[in-house]
Amino acid sequence: MSSVAVLIDHDRGIPSGGALEALTAARTLAAGLGAAVDAVVLGDSELFDTHGASLVAACASHGAAVVHRGRHALLADYGPDAWGAALASFVAGAQPAAVVAAGTDRGAEAMAQLAARTDLPLVANCVSVSPANDPWEITRIQWGGSLLEDVTLSSSLPLLTIAQHSVEAEPCEGGPIETVVADFAPDLGPEVERTLVRDRVTLTEGVTLSTSPVVVSGGRGVGSAEGFATLEELAELLGGRVGCSRAVTNNGWRSHADQVGQTGTRIAPEIYIACGISGAIQHWVGAMGSKNILAINIDPEANMVAKAGYAVIADLHEVVPAISDEIRRRRDRPSS
Amino acid sequence: MRILVCVKRVPAVGSRINVTADGQQVDTAHLGFTTSPHEECAVEEAAQITERLDGDGHAVVVLTLGPEESTEQLRYAASVGGTELALVVAEGGLDWDPQRTATAITAAVRELESSGGKFDLILFGNESADGGNFQVGIRVAYALGRPIVNGIKGIDVTEGGIVARRETDAGYEVYELETPCALGVKEGINLPRYPTMKGRLASRKAQIAALDCAPDAVSGGQARQRLHRPPERASTTVVLGDSAAAAPAVVDLLDELGVL
Ligand SMILES: Cc1cc2nc3c(=O)[nH]c(=O)nc-3n(C[C@H](O)[C@H](O)[C@H](O)COP(=O)(O)OP(=O)(O)OC[C@H]3O[C@@H](n4cnc5c(N)ncnc54)[C@H](O)[C@@H]3O)c2cc1C
Ligand SMILES: Nc1ncnc2c1ncn2[C@@H]1O[C@H](COP(=O)(O)O)[C@@H](O)[C@H]1O
Repeated sequence: MSSVAVLIDHDRGIPSGGALEALTAARTLAAGLGAAVDAVVLGDSELFDTHGASLVAACASHGAAVVHRGRHALLADYGPDAWGAALASFVAGAQPAAVVAAGTDRGAEAMAQLAARTDLPLVANCVSVSPANDPWEITRIQWGGSLLEDVTLSSSLPLLTIAQHSVEAEPCEGGPIETVVADFAPDLGPEVERTLVRDRVTLTEGVTLSTSPVVVSGGRGVGSAEGFATLEELAELLGGRVGCSRAVTNNGWRSHADQVGQTGTRIAPEIYIACGISGAIQHWVGAMGSKNILAINIDPEANMVAKAGYAVIADLHEVVPAISDEIRRRRDRPSS
Repeated sequence: MRILVCVKRVPAVGSRINVTADGQQVDTAHLGFTTSPHEECAVEEAAQITERLDGDGHAVVVLTLGPEESTEQLRYAASVGGTELALVVAEGGLDWDPQRTATAITAAVRELESSGGKFDLILFGNESADGGNFQVGIRVAYALGRPIVNGIKGIDVTEGGIVARRETDAGYEVYELETPCALGVKEGINLPRYPTMKGRLASRKAQIAALDCAPDAVSGGQARQRLHRPPERASTTVVLGDSAAAAPAVVDLLDELGVL
């Protein structure tokens, strides 16, 4: 039986959330082709000794019939050349019907390396794939999700990445399927060493902007770097993080690490409090995953106000401190 | 050091993106144009790297593939640090197929190198702002036989090589590459400068080399059918107030959502 092979991008044995989404999307694609879903995991012996069982279990619960483990000493850690060459080696041997990965940093990069090595087309950030006709009909995102593009793909081996969060990762109905583990030895030349991860530095522990349940963001309306003090205060009271718009990073008021949007971070908090942000489309695509949005803006016509579930139409410099005061007042008051 | 930066002209879209009636392009009737943000930072990074080096003979060559009007983005690049400019004219349909774009850019790099010498470093954006194909730079680097790492937010030039940092959720990863090599950079690696009046004036006179390596008409496997906007979330906005007196209503909401 032919198969749709899914590259499981992982960091030292921990699969990305996107990888499980890609497996979920691949099940639909495979059903359309009458094919099975296989997973491809790359690592060295030590990595598989430590994480092999949990990686296989995650693949099995998300529908992989075979888990192909590419084992090589040069796959001890991530490297775009190493992963690209290992995938090319896998494809030459296993001859899958299609190769799919998540549109994460690693998934996208390894697939582009595979596409370059095989000189095949790669359709990036797909949200739906219909293999019913030849050529395949695919919808993908452009502009970070502000626009959709319908494309056709004719290829001897379709290569696709799946846009993050376009499907929700779902285990198979009826529990994990019976999964076969098959090891292969990728053919890797010494040149893959040129792009291996050499070192890593940890800067933050715990909640990050992308995982924080509350994000308090400021835009040009905040007016200065100092103006963010009241937003910091509110974020701290709520155990959240401070974000910002590109106007703010361009002015040097905050670091780019805080930027929400197409060229910044995608967030998905319980509530996004957007202060003095107009809601340009490139900002919106980073914020639209929020479950609730409160816009604080002096302009009732601002795009952010129109798109938000809740709004306060007033000067953020007055409203934000008042919210913090109210929170403190309620916390100081013994609950009845 | 000779550095090449590949930039792309894209429309500066505002609060929504409109598509032409035939669904083939972004409607740019009322829009200006700009350079993809990641690539703007790539130009700035190249300028900073060469400014830090001793001696002269350093170059920041800026290349684009696009319509004739892309000279606007090249001249802007010259006003913020680009020293040589090159254009491959490719009208309509260019951004439809990343494979074809990469083939043409590879040919352009070869041509630039045969006349001006090898580039020690080629910089791309992590992804183009419009197409977002995440692959053109990687295809070009591979065809040229050079290593490339994408997603770079820090570059240090060392003896004979480059140390590059890539952002992760928790911090960053470090890569060490030998030159010649290529990198895909991300916004945030630096804060691009604004052009000075002097830079602007000089850029008007800058020469633009026209390269004859437009992509051939043969399409790769990916072909555009139609652009369209995703369905918009219908939303009605509940206005909680028009002054600081709205604070209690906001805190009630936070309480309801369980984030207090
Ligand atoms: C390719 C590309 C990628 C981009 N990527 C991003 C991205 O990742 N993230 C991003 O944010 N942007 C991005 N942008 C930029 C984006 O288009 C906007 O320029 C930017 O988001 C505007 O930021 P802003 O809302 O803070 O500023 P403005 O648009 O100037 O809005 C300021 C808002 O503040 C309000 N205001 C002013 N004073 C007050 C006050 N005292 N109290 C309350 N409200 C007040 C105003 O009414 C207005 O609505 C990108 C652009 C391009 C071309
Ligand atoms: N038409 C173009 N002209 C010059 N460089 C380009 C062009 N298209 C893409 N690139 C470069 O390739 C990178 C990746 O593009 P993409 O694969 O479309 O996401 C961009 O950030 C640019 O640096």
